[in-house]
Amino acid sequence: MTTTYDYKTRTSYTEDVARQKAAHKVLLRHPFEPSLPVRGYTNRTLHIDHSTLKVTEKQVTQQMKDIFIGGRGFGLWYLWNAVKPTTKWNDPENEIVISPGPLAGNTAYAGSGKSLVVTLSPLTGIPIDSNVGGYFGPLMKFCGYDALEIQGKAQRDVVVVIDGPKKTITIEEAPEENYDSHIAAEVFMHEYADDEKDFVNVSVVSAGKGADHSRIGCLNFSWYDPKRGAARLKQAGRGGIGRVFRDKKLKALVVHGFKLKPDMNQAADFKRTTAVGRVLAKEIHDFDDQQCKMRKIGTAHLVEIMDAYDLLPVHNFQYGQHKDTHKIASPVWEKRFTQGIFDGCWYGCHMACAKGADCHRVKTGPYKGHLVTVDGPEYETAAGLGSNCGIFDPDWILESNFYCDTYGIDTISYGTCCAFAMECFERGILNLERTGGLDLTWGNAEAHVEMLHQMARGQGFGVIVGQGVKYMQEYFAAQGWGDLQFMRDFGMQVKGLEYSQYQSKESLAQQGGYALTNKGPQHDEAWLIFMDMVNNQIPTFEDKAEALHYFPLFRTWFGLMGLCKLPWNDIEPEDNAKHGKDAAKVPDHVYNYTELYAGITGQEATIDDFLRMSEGVYNFQRVFNLRMGVGGRKSDWPPYRSMGPLTVEEYESRAERYDKQLKELIGVDPEGKTTEEKIALHRAWREDRYNKLCDAVYRRRGWTNNAIPTLETLRKFKIDFPEVVEVVKPYLEDGEK
Amino acid sequence: MTVPLNSEFRIPNPGTIIVNGEPMPWKDGMTVADVLKIRNYIFRMLVVQVNGELVKRGTYDQAKIPDGANVEVIHMISGG
Repeated sequence: MTTTYDYKTRTSYTEDVARQKAAHKVLLRHPFEPSLPVRGYTNRTLHIDHSTLKVTEKQVTQQMKDIFIGGRGFGLWYLWNAVKPTTKWNDPENEIVISPGPLAGNTAYAGSGKSLVVTLSPLTGIPIDSNVGGYFGPLMKFCGYDALEIQGKAQRDVVVVIDGPKKTITIEEAPEENYDSHIAAEVFMHEYADDEKDFVNVSVVSAGKGADHSRIGCLNFSWYDPKRGAARLKQAGRGGIGRVFRDKKLKALVVHGFKLKPDMNQAADFKRTTAVGRVLAKEIHDFDDQQCKMRKIGTAHLVEIMDAYDLLPVHNFQYGQHKDTHKIASPVWEKRFTQGIFDGCWYGCHMACAKGADCHRVKTGPYKGHLVTVDGPEYETAAGLGSNCGIFDPDWILESNFYCDTYGIDTISYGTCCAFAMECFERGILNLERTGGLDLTWGNAEAHVEMLHQMARGQGFGVIVGQGVKYMQEYFAAQGWGDLQFMRDFGMQVKGLEYSQYQSKESLAQQGGYALTNKGPQHDEAWLIFMDMVNNQIPTFEDKAEALHYFPLFRTWFGLMGLCKLPWNDIEPEDNAKHGKDAAKVPDHVYNYTELYAGITGQEATIDDFLRMSEGVYNFQRVFNLRMGVGGRKSDWPPYRSMGPLTVEEYESRAERYDKQLKELIGVDPEGKTTEEKIALHRAWREDRYNKLCDAVYRRRGWTNNAIPTLETLRKFKIDFPEVVEVVKPYLEDGEK
Repeated sequence: MTVPLNSEFRIPNPGTIIVNGEPMPWKDGMTVADVLKIRNYIFRMLVVQVNGELVKRGTYDQAKIPDGANVEVIHMISGG
């Protein structure tokens, strides 16, 4: 495809930079000595309390590295030590921890620039972890820190700046800058870079005005795209981290790092890392166009695939397909995304899936008429803001994608929240009076975007939507507008977090893949739908439990290391099929990771070692949930909409399938039964199967039948610290201690 | 090319093959590509085995499926 527009043209926001910078008031200037990591670790971390203006360096102990490894593990450990069981998300002691992990920042292997962000979530009250690209984590690490803890709550908006070349950390009041992220990223980059060549060495973390009023706020991590001449954004999307950020009166975190050179991790054996990196790069070059086309479309290649397998969420997860899906399918996005320029959110990532839709003319709101580059949409965004809300217009999806990002709103949660509100409107739980005049019928894209503007302004029905599905369920019920149990059945949240965008009705394993997660239903623990529903590879409860052991742990490992999961299995070696039924694990790429890990850290490790690393952290997070008052089997229970047909319309849309299941799997002749009777039979059968799945998974994970890690499990992973045991003990029967 | 019938596999019914554990009508000359089309398996990252034998990508149009065959179409995980 030929690009017919100038992808370098967009509205600029930098004309006032000098005046804005001059208005800063430096509250603290703290000197520090930059250092490079050795074998992936700098062995020190940074704690900043921006309200008491205290900056502290902490040493990373060997025990920390052995047990918590890095990334998400470091984040959870620091957060555990920062909070009490009574701490709420908006208490000053709640922290935002950003940690890139020991393999992060290497440029040899694709997908190695990730940061993990951990905080107590406003949606769930328990730790959320979010994996994000952009340059912040690696640049911070190469200034000398394995992790950053931000604690406190300022009186006025501040910017925290880690400046490696200047050897200073500053906390500055910054009253003038617009903090909507597409502006904040550009403006702060200009403020702290020495010159244009230095833009690539600056990364900005921000959240926009929507995060001031919405619990589904996200963080934007920037990276400079020299070809476009634009500050691009990647999101730490899930769990409302942006809301915590704004509640702390943080306008931005800025890192100004050093010019990148090869091997800044000072790897134990750099050649081992480049050897496997080259193999992967060649595979991407040779096969990506025949496989996922990540370089051209990113994850949006999945839209029509999910539709074909009845997995695309449509109308709040009622259905899995729609006749208009072709309007938002990958060929549409391939044309919208500027092709032929590098879209990697970290150096050396040949997968380059961070696609950009340039020259979007904004239709609505405060930036109406501006020309912007929209980062994405990825699959989740296209499905969440699109099909799940009945919207099949790519221009409007780009519009809401842009505003979600710049306002600091998670596209996944927003999609699921809107879909829930729209279904409430369609069912009469909401009406024009209750929504303040917003017509939330399926497909009304203008109302969909207007709710985002309301969130940013802090007024109107959009603010209620922005509190999340769980809040809406309880609020609507309290107003007497709808039946709470019914809304719980179709409100797609577990533990308070909204579902990501896959239909799980016909995959019991994926029902567990969502609801048995630690943080809530995000697909980054386990995506088992093909393996379970299509391949029929894991037919027994024990098979599914094994998959729900292996995959969440392997994927946790990426979050410990600072890696992206996509180069693991969104590209495969030409001969991957030789592994037969194990091909889904892409064993040759798992081998690459053992080489990468050993090459950087100097420690030989097998896949079993990786799983052990993850299992300790995973169990620790489960106990952390318990400490915050969330745990037990009941907290792992999904809404029925995720398990099977809830309504007559859903059943009758796929009556042949459900009737067949009644006959062949449940052993009941559907003949002569009403749809309501058949729905009830399905529900009893499906809920019983889910309970049996829980039994098998808890057994496999070394937990009690009530989802509590046993003392034996805690000992096995060396997390049996007294304060951890103290949390678990009251929940254990005598025989389980 | 015809994939040999695995002697250990029992034919469920004449005129039927098993695809990912589920029966499906068989017709003479049926190929792997036909099965993928009928099942609407449009995903590109697949491993196909017929009676336990791997069918190479790029040969799905020619790979004929015998009556009673056990066909496994393994979809990689991807995405997610």
